[in-house]
Amino acid sequence: MIEKLPELVNENQAILHRGRFVTAEIQVIVGKEDYRLRIEEGRITGVERGPFIMRPYSITIRAPAEAWGKFWQVYPPPGYQDIFAMTKRGEAEVSGDLRLLMQNLRYFKDLLEAPRKLAREERNA
Amino acid sequence: MPDLEPIIGRYLRMSVQGVPYRVYFEEAGSGIPLICLHTAGSDTRQYRHLMADGEITRSYRVMAFDLPWHGKSNPPVGFQDQEYRLTTRLYTDTIMAFCRAMELKKPVVMGCSMGGRIVLELALRHGDELRAVIGLEGADHQEPWYDTAWLHRPDVHGGEICAALVSGNMAPHSPDEPRWETLWGYMQGGPGIFKGDLYFYRVDSDFRDRVAGIDASRCPVYLLTGEYDFSCTPEDTLRTGKKIPGSKVMIMERLGHFPMSENPAQFRKYILPVLGEIAGIKEK
Repeated sequence: MIEKLPELVNENQAILHRGRFVTAEIQVIVGKEDYRLRIEEGRITGVERGPFIMRPYSITIRAPAEAWGKFWQVYPPPGYQDIFAMTKRGEAEVSGDLRLLMQNLRYFKDLLEAPRKLAREERNA
Repeated sequence: MPDLEPIIGRYLRMSVQGVPYRVYFEEAGSGIPLICLHTAGSDTRQYRHLMADGEITRSYRVMAFDLPWHGKSNPPVGFQDQEYRLTTRLYTDTIMAFCRAMELKKPVVMGCSMGGRIVLELALRHGDELRAVIGLEGADHQEPWYDTAWLHRPDVHGGEICAALVSGNMAPHSPDEPRWETLWGYMQGGPGIFKGDLYFYRVDSDFRDRVAGIDASRCPVYLLTGEYDFSCTPEDTLRTGKKIPGSKVMIMERLGHFPMSENPAQFRKYILPVLGEIAGIKEK
């Protein structure tokens, strides 16, 4: 699912606008899979799959694959509809440059939630 | 004919703890006074759907006021040199001051989130003056999930962060239009106001040791919480309800932390029977 993020984000003008001040490398961990996303002015310009050895990144967002699976549903079950709902229940972890995250929270939430579009399309098909 | 809504807005002059305020309130309908308390960092617009609901306004005078520092209620003179901090005492005094200034007889008070918390204190301290209380997304305590320092600092936009933080606390089923309107309220709060409200909510209102003192036979207590609320969770509300004999607790499906504004159509399924029941209670 993470590999699909560049297409999902880069074709969405509203998300790109929200992220226009974001240039960073972030890490998203889905279960045992480690992904590194390069973001330039909101656009995702690279996705690499690990393992990586001491690569720099500014924010890490980590959750078990099962939790991400619920999170990306059209109607996630209670407790899985938001990244902070998942951190509060102890299923997800967000760490790193929290100032960057908070300054651009809407953007990062939109980015993480972007795969729900695919679930919606599948549902409507 | 102009397409007017039934809601009327006015300003009320009242004092709280000796400080004069010019308070904005809205109302619609006639009958039993029903005071609606908005959530932290927002304003009365959250109740606009409820106030335009003829089923409710035919037997209730629905009223909602912007707390001082919120919406169209200005902060007090000299606010520029103060840090806003809501406390249990100040919140209680403000609500009771509004009821007295408006000369309301035994109103029902319904509040959401921090409003759902304060109605417990109202039931405890002022139960004889109220017809009933309704706590939406209310509990005697809840675990925090972020550091409120993020809400008021020069390097993070206050309106954007308040809205982005609370955005996930709604049900995924809630339609885009009311969901974003709810967030717009958060985008418009004054600097540090959401944070100042959360001082009451997070620091000054651990009611776990006192809710057992509420007499629900004197002042009926209704607690309604959305299943998607991860701030005040259904478990928090159920735990609170168990401590208050005679209280009625309902967990609302497909709703989150802002039931009246995130999905008014879904919320009315739950609130109409409650308001109907309260209207049927004989006054002692």
